[in-house]
Amino acid sequence: MLKTSISPHIHSPQNIEYAMRNVLIAMVPALLASVYFFGVRALWLEIISILTAILAETLMQLLLRKPVTVSDGSAAITGLLVAFNMPPNIPFYVPVVATALGIIVVKQLFGGLGHNIFNPALVGRVFVMFAWLPEMTTWNVPLHPDWIRHFNLFHINLDSITSATPLAVNKLQGMSALVSQFGSKTQLYLQSFLGNTGGCIGETSELAILIGAFYLFSRKVIWPTVPFVYIITVAVLTALMGQDPLFHILSGGLFLGAFFMATDYVTTPMTLSGSLVYAVGLGLLTVILRLKSGLPEGVSFSILLMNGLTPLIDKLIRVRTYGKQSKRGRDHE
Amino acid sequence: MKHIKIRTRTFLQGGIHPPENKSVTYEHSIENLPLPKKAIIPLSQHLGKPALPVVKKGDTVSEGQLIGKKDGNYSSHVHSSITGKVTDIGPYYTASNVKSNCIVIQLEGEIKRMNADKPDWSNLSREQILQRISEAGVVGMGGAAFPTDVKLNVPSDKKVDFFIVNGAECEPYLTCDYRLMMEKPEEIVEGIQIIKKLLNVKKVFFGVELNKRPALEHIAEHLREKDNIELIALKVKYPQGGEKQLIKAILNKEVPSGGLPFDVGAVVSNVATINAVRDAVLFQKPVIERVVTVTGRIVKNPGNYKIRIGTPLSDVIADTGLTEEPAKIILGGPMMGPSVVSLDTPVTKGTSGILFLSEKEEKRVRYNAYRSCIHCAKCLMVCPVSLNPCMLSLQGEFETYDQMTRYDIMDCIECGCCNYVCPSFRPIVQFIKLGKSFLKKKG
Ligand code: SF4
Ligand code: SF4
Repeated sequence: MLKTSISPHIHSPQNIEYAMRNVLIAMVPALLASVYFFGVRALWLEIISILTAILAETLMQLLLRKPVTVSDGSAAITGLLVAFNMPPNIPFYVPVVATALGIIVVKQLFGGLGHNIFNPALVGRVFVMFAWLPEMTTWNVPLHPDWIRHFNLFHINLDSITSATPLAVNKLQGMSALVSQFGSKTQLYLQSFLGNTGGCIGETSELAILIGAFYLFSRKVIWPTVPFVYIITVAVLTALMGQDPLFHILSGGLFLGAFFMATDYVTTPMTLSGSLVYAVGLGLLTVILRLKSGLPEGVSFSILLMNGLTPLIDKLIRVRTYGKQSKRGRDHE
Repeated sequence: MKHIKIRTRTFLQGGIHPPENKSVTYEHSIENLPLPKKAIIPLSQHLGKPALPVVKKGDTVSEGQLIGKKDGNYSSHVHSSITGKVTDIGPYYTASNVKSNCIVIQLEGEIKRMNADKPDWSNLSREQILQRISEAGVVGMGGAAFPTDVKLNVPSDKKVDFFIVNGAECEPYLTCDYRLMMEKPEEIVEGIQIIKKLLNVKKVFFGVELNKRPALEHIAEHLREKDNIELIALKVKYPQGGEKQLIKAILNKEVPSGGLPFDVGAVVSNVATINAVRDAVLFQKPVIERVVTVTGRIVKNPGNYKIRIGTPLSDVIADTGLTEEPAKIILGGPMMGPSVVSLDTPVTKGTSGILFLSEKEEKRVRYNAYRSCIHCAKCLMVCPVSLNPCMLSLQGEFETYDQMTRYDIMDCIECGCCNYVCPSFRPIVQFIKLGKSFLKKKG
């Protein structure tokens, strides 16, 4: 029996599973860095979040009588992203709530992968940020690690002291306090880049994030436009406001947000010009929130806000069709 | 080669690089396939109205005899491809997968070879040349099957400055145009001269994709300075051979939406068509056969075969052999060719290839189990006409076809790039075709 279908009859090997698998692979360096800097507790946070995501997605799809598509990997990414956005000493139930909320409400109740307007991991994170404000803003840095205890799989409590994140120090005490804390400016930059500072477990190591990001570029899973324009916008604006631009781009969740959350397919604009508007908007919001609001950090909020604007950007920004004079596809009307 | 400077060009927006798979038949020279015992010749092998049959059941016809007369402007003549007896005139499955009227001829009696004296065409008038092309039933052999005499008969209020020869052959698997350029360079160059005279153009561009470099060099050897034919090496990128993309690549002009190439002063023809034009003008030879790439991993003897029009696929399979049952048979290339339902489907003037896909190859493509759009924008990036295939597919899914005009659906060239890259396997082209036919019906 011959099969027939409309052309084309071939397909690129890069399906959803390919993209999601590669994103997961690209998150491995940041995962390793989180365990290196924050101990086995980070790993447990990540495992628990991923399991919650998988469980929540499966249950929801069974409940809604939809095909179970958890094997595509998108739920696992959401779980891991939530974990990456958690402070190291957070109680385990917090990422569980954040992940479950992201998957159940933001993703599945909106119709599943592709139908969510907001990034599920980010909504989850922002929700628990308000619900558990003190826990979500207590930052710990490991004490001089005793490596054996540090990597002991069952040593889930962190030997650490609380300390403010560099961004918070900068905001409250100024740059000079920060520099003296690290010894020198170079040390500040270097330790920030490597990830040896306080912060969420997956965001501190810019180096690890970059390795993953370049892997994704090489696999053509994501494109460099949005993350780089976003980061450059932040650098330019902070410099204009008299801040240290290098410090700002290497601190907080900017790299994690730019490379792994602002590049999410579903919640970002589709045209090149739309992406540029989106990326510049992100930079603008992030700098305003960081410097002018009560919050020390603004990446998550900025991305959520721009997610909300994405449908509008896609509606307004059109590309000129081949052979058409105007941009507006209205010639037929 | 040395005296000719070859520029490399491409269109910039969109395009994809599917696996070429041309090596299956790349080195296979053109061979004759035995005559079919029965030819099923469709009366509609062209864009316009079907031809009107001028023979009836029981008639004896000879090879090359007119059996269907063109009906209206965009129609074309149809000739018998073998000598024999008309056994039926009725509906049979053709490439479009709907039954359409065909004349069936049973092979009978002697075949006589046509004489091969080379006549001089230089004192034929424009009208005589067009006449001969029309009488031979030449249509575009690259796939669109637009009657060639209509295409070359440019209205007097339009000025044509360029003739573009399409040797891009960008569809994966196909090599028939490549072999034609390798084996019949003089014939093609002569065909170009005829068309050049007909169109009264000064400048000819000859575009060949870079994966067919030997053809480019081979043609170069057969060009003389005064021919004024410029060879253009085209980057390998699908759909480089699409008329609009070729014009963009070579002339850096855009055919206006809804317009034709001569709106930007160009006429484009594929090399196989040019070869047929030459045969028609010189020898008054009707189109009764063509070179077809028979290909696929499961074909025992893949190659480029000269096949009579009307030869049913079952005859082709009998001659070339298969190593396993095919799951899908495609007429043309895998990006744009239709897949057929019946083994009786005949080869027509527009059939550039026959591609056999195995069960395993077919399974990889899951357009029937598509998922939600994840807004990855890959389809926008690859669309060579800058459409938003994602929106078109969403509207197709919701059956809000009226909305599709807002996204320039009519400008879609149905190249399939968007479909090829979509990670959710969305059948975008299918949605677009549905939308187009809905809108056409609505008027
Ligand atoms: S099939 Fe149409 S919409 Fe899709 S890429 Fe080709 S021209 Fe664009
Ligand atoms: S390629 Fe497919 S999934 Fe991606 S935007 Fe286009 S239609 Fe949607």
